[in-house]
Amino acid sequence: MPRAILTVEDVSKTYDGFKAISNLNFYLQEGELRVVIGPNGAGKSTFFDLITGRAKPDKGKIEFGSDPMTHSDLTGMNEYEINRLGISRKFQTPSVYGEHTVWDNLVLSIKGPRGVFASLFRKLNSTERDRLDELLKLIRLDGKREWKAGLLAHGEKQWLEIGMLLAAEPKLLLVDEPAAGMTDEETHRTGELLINLSGKHSIVVVEHDMAFVKQIARDGNVTVLHQGTVLCEGKFDEVQSNQKVREVYLGRGKHGTR
Amino acid sequence: MSAASSRKIEFIAVAVIATFLIVGLPLLNAYGFVDNFWINVWGKYLCFALLAISVDLLWGYTGLLSLGQSMFFALGGYMLGMHLMLMIGEEGVYAKAGKNPELLPDFMVFLGHTFLPAFWRPFYSFGFSALMVVLVPGLLALAFGFLAFRSRIKGVYFSILTQALTYGAALLFFRNSMLMGGNNGFTDFKFILGSDLRTGATQRGLFIATAVTLLIVYLLIRWLSHTKFGLVQRAIRDGENRVLFSGYATAHFKLFIFTLSAAIASVGGALYVPQVGGINPSVMTPEKSLEAVVWVAVGGRGTLLGPILGAIVINALKTWATVRYPDYWLIILGGLFILVVLFLPGGLVSLPKRLAPLWKKFRAPAAPTASTPAV
Repeated sequence: MPRAILTVEDVSKTYDGFKAISNLNFYLQEGELRVVIGPNGAGKSTFFDLITGRAKPDKGKIEFGSDPMTHSDLTGMNEYEINRLGISRKFQTPSVYGEHTVWDNLVLSIKGPRGVFASLFRKLNSTERDRLDELLKLIRLDGKREWKAGLLAHGEKQWLEIGMLLAAEPKLLLVDEPAAGMTDEETHRTGELLINLSGKHSIVVVEHDMAFVKQIARDGNVTVLHQGTVLCEGKFDEVQSNQKVREVYLGRGKHGTR
Repeated sequence: MSAASSRKIEFIAVAVIATFLIVGLPLLNAYGFVDNFWINVWGKYLCFALLAISVDLLWGYTGLLSLGQSMFFALGGYMLGMHLMLMIGEEGVYAKAGKNPELLPDFMVFLGHTFLPAFWRPFYSFGFSALMVVLVPGLLALAFGFLAFRSRIKGVYFSILTQALTYGAALLFFRNSMLMGGNNGFTDFKFILGSDLRTGATQRGLFIATAVTLLIVYLLIRWLSHTKFGLVQRAIRDGENRVLFSGYATAHFKLFIFTLSAAIASVGGALYVPQVGGINPSVMTPEKSLEAVVWVAVGGRGTLLGPILGAIVINALKTWATVRYPDYWLIILGGLFILVVLFLPGGLVSLPKRLAPLWKKFRAPAAPTASTPAV
């Protein structure tokens, strides 16, 4: 088995005595699309916070990169350094720049130098423009390129944020509830997009919507988080029929399927 | 109205106003149509416009409400003021009375000093002083900003900290032991670059220099807002997290803009001092910073012309009101601020846009047949 692109080993994080993550182990292979599910408070967002540098683990290791010579220890890095390695995160509530146009949102996200002086003097070249034009078509916002992002519908904002992530050409995408607030059709398209992206990108998707999970998980692995640790991991059907998983979901008065 | 045509209108407006300020008004003054007093007063307004721009760059464009900009403004004034104090030379009160052989600034003689402190000496040079106008506030902003932004201090905490900074600086400058003139500060200047500050021609020259500086700063900010830096700046204002998680070290961007703003405020202060004829620590107090924030809010924050317009309009109003209704000025100012915040959040610059529909409604009944608008 090849070395994982993302290695999370024995990681714990406590907030004011509350164990948000405890002894978590998580391995993601290059090009894999992994869905993470779990009831509210299972630690899914903290999990992303730890990978992206927003929070520091109390213990354990988080490493990125499949090459043992060049892999990076993420625990000692901050948000923008981690992003520059090629890890992009999509937030649960769409976070786009509302006062900027759709186009400028993408310009801000396109892969390239991120320093102060580069931003003062560097302009987009024609290849980059073409790339952004293509992206606009992919996220179906080419007709709204001069719109202020704040005026977009909720689903469109979600897509724009996905477009922003893709503009950065990340190696690893962390996607937090991409289907929230979308219509069934939009959800389905989002699923197809994610499936298309896997292979070229490694992707972790946190999701609640079971129909959506089933669509994108296909025969890949699904990880169930519960109380900050992995409850079980396996194919969608195995996980769905797992007794422990059912207890966790049903025990909280929440049905596993929608 | 298309973007191109509105840009053209803006260009023409700026060109007309700049030409009037840089050429027209000084000519009118030279031929006696405009009194020296008004040149001086307008020169002061334009300096305040520079201060307002520095506030807007931080608050309007980056979302950082700095209440310390008056400190940078005053520091610039002090740096040039030191030079001007040394240029008084034999015309000082003590020197004329033959009690000041070393030609020290009068306040030093008064305090019993007999020689010039070492840190004052380089200020004999105008070039050095001009350099310090940019460097001292710039480096101070760099150091303060580095600590503040590295610790991720933002929002109201940043405002409070900058306010404390300017307050602390004012207290320091009030002290005579600072050797910066204590609570009287510097005054009684005589010469700048060999020209007599008491003549209309010198004041006119200073006015032109101020107007040119304002134009340059305006063009600089305009350019900046059209670069990717400008995009990042406004993105930080609207969602710093996203920017941070997009690979931008937001602290570096904030540090750059904080330092640039300090330098702009400082240059404004340096131009202010010779035109007003003095500088003292009261200019550093937090109230002055708050006033500048009001100018920006009234003019329109996050816009290029808003702070300039706000600074001029409010100060013109102040000049008028403090003569006519001296007791009510602060009430008028406060009232105006509340009115703008409640009814015109975009400030005065948004007025034309706000009034356009009313104007259409007003004109519509006159020509009911031609009601299909040509967009």
